[in-house]
Amino acid sequence: MTKVSSVDSTPQPPKGAKSRVRLSRRVRGFLALPVAALILSGCTVPSFGAYESNTETGRSTYHLWQGFSIAAAIIGGLTLLLILWAVVRYRRKSVDAIPKQTQYHLPLEWFYTIVPILIVFGLFAATVVVENKVTAEPKPAVTVDVQAVQWGWSFSYPGTNALITGQTTQAPMFEIPAGENVHFVLNSTDVVHGFYLRDFNFSRLAIPGIANQWTFNAINTGEFFGQCTELCGLYHSIMYFRVKVVTPSEFKAWVAKFNTPEGARAAEAAALASKQQLSSIIPTRPTTNHGVN
Amino acid sequence: MKLEARILLLLGLFFGLMVAVYWPWSHETGGSIMIFAGMLLGFLPGSYYWWWSRRMAPRPEDRDDGSLEEGAGVIGSFPGSSIFPFTLGMGAFCSVLAMVFGIWMLIPGVGLIFWALTGATAESRRSGEH
Amino acid sequence: MTDVLEHAAAEGHSHDEHGHDEHHGPSGLLKWLTTTDHKIIGMSYTITSVIMLVVGGAFAELIRIQLMSPNGTLVNYAQYNELFTMHGSVMIYLFAGPFAFGALANFVVPIQIGAPDMAFPRLNALSYWLYLSGSITMLLGFFTAGGAANFGWVGYAPLSNAANSPGAGADLWIGALLLTGFSAIFTGVNLVATIFYLRAPGMTLFRMPIFTWNLLVTGILILLAFPVLTAGLIMLFADRHFGTHIYEVAGGGVPVLWQNIFWFWGHPEVYILALPFFGMTTEIISVFSKKPVFGYKGMVFATLTIAALSLGVWAHHLFTTGTVLLPFFSIMSLLIAVPTGIKMFNWIGTMWQGEIWFSTAMLMALGFVITFLIGGLTGIYLASPPLDFFAHDTYFVVAHFHSVVMALVFAGLGGLYYWGPKMTGYLLDERIGKSQFWLTFIGAQLLTFPMYILGLKGMPRRMANYPHDPQWKFMNDLSSVGAFLIGIGTLLFVVNIVYSWKRYPAGDNPWDAGTLEWFTSSPPPHHNFYRLPQIRSERPTWDYNHPDKKALAHGHAAPEGNH
Ligand code: HEM
Ligand SMILES: [Cu+2]
Ligand SMILES: [Cu+2]
Repeated sequence: MTKVSSVDSTPQPPKGAKSRVRLSRRVRGFLALPVAALILSGCTVPSFGAYESNTETGRSTYHLWQGFSIAAAIIGGLTLLLILWAVVRYRRKSVDAIPKQTQYHLPLEWFYTIVPILIVFGLFAATVVVENKVTAEPKPAVTVDVQAVQWGWSFSYPGTNALITGQTTQAPMFEIPAGENVHFVLNSTDVVHGFYLRDFNFSRLAIPGIANQWTFNAINTGEFFGQCTELCGLYHSIMYFRVKVVTPSEFKAWVAKFNTPEGARAAEAAALASKQQLSSIIPTRPTTNHGVN
Repeated sequence: MKLEARILLLLGLFFGLMVAVYWPWSHETGGSIMIFAGMLLGFLPGSYYWWWSRRMAPRPEDRDDGSLEEGAGVIGSFPGSSIFPFTLGMGAFCSVLAMVFGIWMLIPGVGLIFWALTGATAESRRSGEH
Repeated sequence: MTDVLEHAAAEGHSHDEHGHDEHHGPSGLLKWLTTTDHKIIGMSYTITSVIMLVVGGAFAELIRIQLMSPNGTLVNYAQYNELFTMHGSVMIYLFAGPFAFGALANFVVPIQIGAPDMAFPRLNALSYWLYLSGSITMLLGFFTAGGAANFGWVGYAPLSNAANSPGAGADLWIGALLLTGFSAIFTGVNLVATIFYLRAPGMTLFRMPIFTWNLLVTGILILLAFPVLTAGLIMLFADRHFGTHIYEVAGGGVPVLWQNIFWFWGHPEVYILALPFFGMTTEIISVFSKKPVFGYKGMVFATLTIAALSLGVWAHHLFTTGTVLLPFFSIMSLLIAVPTGIKMFNWIGTMWQGEIWFSTAMLMALGFVITFLIGGLTGIYLASPPLDFFAHDTYFVVAHFHSVVMALVFAGLGGLYYWGPKMTGYLLDERIGKSQFWLTFIGAQLLTFPMYILGLKGMPRRMANYPHDPQWKFMNDLSSVGAFLIGIGTLLFVVNIVYSWKRYPAGDNPWDAGTLEWFTSSPPPHHNFYRLPQIRSERPTWDYNHPDKKALAHGHAAPEGNH
């Protein structure tokens, strides 16, 4: 296992942060209604195949997903019905029948121009509400510096000694406290990688020279799987990691372990403990014959 | 010609508005320059066509009542066949391969390009059409 | 390849009904090498790009075989990276683009506006030779020691720099893109100049068929977008070989600059690909519903709007970089749904109260409409940054763009069934064609639906295996079955071409179509026309054949004259 060089802890603020649209209070109140209705009835609205997510922001994303899916189902369903109706109803009756040569119907054309514009602005408004939540940076309780390299991850916690490093199927597991705002600073030293936690409905790219930052708040404790989503070379397919969400007190205890060398070793070993499990399902196989650095 | 000009000018105008919103909001140089260049690509040929269209009578193809008789006569001269597009293409091919397989491939590459350029020029002078 | 072309060209002469072709050029191979005839060039483009579709499709089948098991062993990691890179690159750069603006466009556009050829025939020929040599250049990568390019079809820096991708395959990929890029630019110049300067008298802009309109706008978009890619590639090459650091942090460069440049070309490219196919669909639906294009002017407006907006949405591919102005790119991207929706409803409006003839071409166009509806709707999700954070770089995205590109494949096949007879003089077999349609249609949906689900379950794209989640196998298997159906469908297409070879003479106008190309013979003579009808609408041939059936506005009993 190679050690990854430690993270540069003077990240620039992300430019995305200033890109937030403020909606007037009235618009927000207006929008809050359907969004609230959607959230309240969350259990009755189908999931449309998505995960509910284990973070507050991820759940907002999930509700946005539901909203978009309802809109898509209605619009798509209607359009499909129109297509099928036309196909069934207007099949030709005789080879040389010539129908009326209607070419324009302005009121109708205006209708299907204006209505989509309204729908689009509705979707945009809902997007902005959720986007502001997802990109919000409330005061964090914990900061995690994530460093992606070919083909592994290292997770460190500024101001502490905690450091977890691991490669490919070692799937290094870092820990965060549940119910607290955790701030992430994501970096890469070589190529572009993708930090993706599917159970959190979230991903961000790790780009050399840019500190990509966000804050989220995990809800339930447990172990969650993550992996690299941006093509980064040979072992991109198996650039795994895991996150363990624990209670805040467990988290404090875990971080404290790193203050002694023995504790740190134990914690690191524990973070790679399931290594056997993961690598047993990954066969040893010829990995490369050419084209690799 | 007026309509052609108008389309390009409108596209340029749209990109102009876009960069006027985008630049102050994002202060992102790369994208702003690219949209600005897009605006120029609408405005430069657009204003040329506009300038032209005001100095010429609408062509038969610009008029709703343009009739075929007006189009009689020479449309333009079209080359029948020419080897030079092929030689120029192969010259470019060799030159690009020189980037990979070694600088020596520039010899056939540049040679073919030179042959094609001189040949095509001479062909046009002779008006090598039928 | 030469043989086939030779045949097609020879037929052009023997089936020339007017019998006096005054053009006496070279013959044989030399004829192909020296031709400047847009019809032969269009034919060459068609054949080459369809071959590229088959090559790209073969890579896709290999990908799908690999993914049928969580521990696929058909290829290793390195080879897998090459496979999807070359699949994506061949499909986008060598099939979809050239097919869209080089193949049918080259053949049809000049004829649709009553022109004898493209404005710059020699430049047109050069476009083809650059495209062909670009294609060869890209595929040569497989024969180099390091293998073909393996950094994805988007070639993100710094993975594509010399340190991370040292092989010759990467340089060949760059070289290929330079060649095909210039080829595209020249085609763009040619299309715009041809449409601006070579229209027949009376063929005003608002009487051009929608297909030609869309190619005019495509041409403009090419001129706006491709130079950016070319510049970006030259800088990438300089970084790789001349020690510059444009995309490298080490020397003060900026890696995301490549992403910005690439997608500043890449998103307009999506419409450069799509608009010609939209045009084909529009023509086919109109002809086989026996009605004029519904909302013709709205259609033109929608095309122009799509083009204008497409320059301002590139960064929706960069939402997860944390460096872009999310709301701006979100609203711009969402807005593109509006003109696209207008087109969708215009297609439905064209069919409405028509007399629909379900020929293979029409089925393919319907396949386009339905598949594109799915791809369009799922695209709307991705325009919303939070949803993109959630779906980016997963199979949801792969599914989304395959709904779109498979729709384009339907439109293209429809175009071949529709215009093929004009190009060769012979119809394709309808029974085989319909079987091909159903196989491909079912295959395309079966390919993409499981991909959507896999994406939602968290399967990232570009994965050679997925041992940590073996339960993904089922959906992957379904998807692979879909891919095989598409493969069989494509084989049927080849069978159809062989079977129908010189079997069903087409005549000038087998579909009772309305645009000018159906006024001349199949295939058209050298320089296309011996005579033209008077042009008073976008369907001069229809007006000529059905003088009493002019297009109407709703509620108007009498012909509107010109519109
Ligand atoms: C038989 C039909 C097709 C099948 C089975 C197929 C299958 C696939 C699969 C499975 C992937 C994902 C590979 C991965 O991420 O690991 C992929 C990627 C891709 N496909 Fe297709 N595809 C087909 C047709 C097309 C067509 C017609 C186009 C374009 C015109 C296309 C363009 C792409 C592109 C651009 C990528 C992304 C490559 C990359 O990630 O760099 N595909 N295809
Ligand atoms: Cu990766
Ligand atoms: Cu895009």
